[in-house]
Amino acid sequence: MTNKRNSFRILADKLSGKVFLTFAVIACSLILLILAGLSFKSYPLLKHVSLFKVIGSSIWAPADGKFGLLPFILSTFLITILATVFAVPVCLLASTYIVEYASNTVRNLIMPVVDILAGIPSVIFGIWGVLVLVPFVSFLGKTFNIATEGYSILAAALVLAVMVFPVLINIFTEVLRTVPNDLRDSALSLGATKWETISKVIYRKAAAGLFAAVILGFSRALGETIAVLMVVGNSPLIPKSIFGMGYPIPALIANNYGEMMSIPMYDAALMTAALILFIIILLFNAAGRLVLIKLEKN
Amino acid sequence: MNTRRKITSTFFETLMKLSAFLIVAVLLYILGTILYKGIPSLSWEMISQKPSAGFYMGGGGGILNAIVGSIYLAGGASLFALFFSLPLVIYINNYAKKNGKFVQVIRLIMDVLYGIPSIVYGTFGFVIMLALGWTVSLLAGIITVGIFVFPILVRSMDEVLRTVPPEVNQAAYSLGATRLETSVFVSLRQAMPGILAGFLLSFGRAIGDAASVLFTAGFTDNIPTSLTQPAATLPLSIFFQLGSPFEEVRNRAYAAAVVLTVIILIISILSRLVMKHFSKYIIK
Repeated sequence: MTNKRNSFRILADKLSGKVFLTFAVIACSLILLILAGLSFKSYPLLKHVSLFKVIGSSIWAPADGKFGLLPFILSTFLITILATVFAVPVCLLASTYIVEYASNTVRNLIMPVVDILAGIPSVIFGIWGVLVLVPFVSFLGKTFNIATEGYSILAAALVLAVMVFPVLINIFTEVLRTVPNDLRDSALSLGATKWETISKVIYRKAAAGLFAAVILGFSRALGETIAVLMVVGNSPLIPKSIFGMGYPIPALIANNYGEMMSIPMYDAALMTAALILFIIILLFNAAGRLVLIKLEKN
Repeated sequence: MNTRRKITSTFFETLMKLSAFLIVAVLLYILGTILYKGIPSLSWEMISQKPSAGFYMGGGGGILNAIVGSIYLAGGASLFALFFSLPLVIYINNYAKKNGKFVQVIRLIMDVLYGIPSIVYGTFGFVIMLALGWTVSLLAGIITVGIFVFPILVRSMDEVLRTVPPEVNQAAYSLGATRLETSVFVSLRQAMPGILAGFLLSFGRAIGDAASVLFTAGFTDNIPTSLTQPAATLPLSIFFQLGSPFEEVRNRAYAAAVVLTVIILIISILSRLVMKHFSKYIIK
């Protein structure tokens, strides 16, 4: 009797191992599935026009069958780079404060704020952008005599900068915490000021991890959709200035899903755009994560 | 020379304090803007009724369709993701070789998936939907959002299971428990607060995301009664109302934003309480 029960327990254990492994393999093949699905749907367009032509052309006229993605790709990168430039210094300084200076009380006050910020839906950021940042940009335009509608690349970059705060701060603080205390103590005991210790010892020691954090923040910003769509103006031309309108890839996809079935090739063009976005983000993400994994090992 | 070095140090310390303050201030500014604009238009009618026929022209009714739709969708998606992530997380923590190559690869892939934006999951869900010959529906939305929150759930559960002390599992093994028994009766109990918090986190993400449901869940003024019907969601409802030329409708969008924000804040507080309350029962 006990033998029978035990053999059942062992069988259940072995079987569960196989089943769980299957789940793990399915989950991991998700990347390939997405890649395959999007490629399959982009194929009708890429069969006629080469990928390089789609990326390199700046003419977007779906009704005439012209699907140049260059303006969208440029918009995406311009907005994201600008957002990263805004966000990184603020987040690095704030993270340094949290790790190096803040008392436990202050830390326990700021980290939940970061968590809440991370949980706020994109559309809420979008409303804030429309109500606050768009008027702010048109105010800047008026002050410096630059023609702008307010809905602009700058407004999008500002919203996006705020949205990547949590990603950056979470990884920055994690990386800064891994710097051993011995290094701090040695620098301070040699007579370095706190800032000299931070800038010459801690930042240098943590450089690779901080860089990985920037890459991951950047790739998070690349894919943001609704908030950016609401403030960027959505004009499919090559952006001329940061006060002008832009049209990043995620906004393009989200804006046109309704019509894409009615014009031939339109859906394939949008799928190509999604595929390009996916591949770019995949590469950035993998690079950032690999750096972090390597650091963890050392 | 020394004073200059000291001044530099103080200067940067101040700058750091300002940066940290800025982050808190921005959150308050966002919440303040939403509450200030939304609260005047908030009413009981808004959260207790479906839209009337002329709702988007300024007519009566509310956003109950979107509130219920969002809760169905987020709940379904989180359960869907839980069903797939639990076996995976148990596998890499209790079955596979600890920190072996395979486990590292899985963790890397999950981290990469975590960084994929919801719009890509939305398009992918749309591709699946077309391949299966489905139309926009609650079920298609649940699957799409479920795939989107899956890596979020995996990460938060894995983080907790990793911190279960190895002695706890070893004690179970030495008493003759199999891996499955140890996983179900020991590891999962240890990780329960983390699992609940992870579930709430993914629920919050699912309820707030618009880009992933755009193509798959559709939009309707009715409350879905089956999985095959389309479902409205709060973010999309807000987004559509904001696009209206009528000021009344736009004001209602701000009020709907207050509803969404309050839901998100409640979930965030709830997950903190859950963590605190259930941590009592954990062996450390």
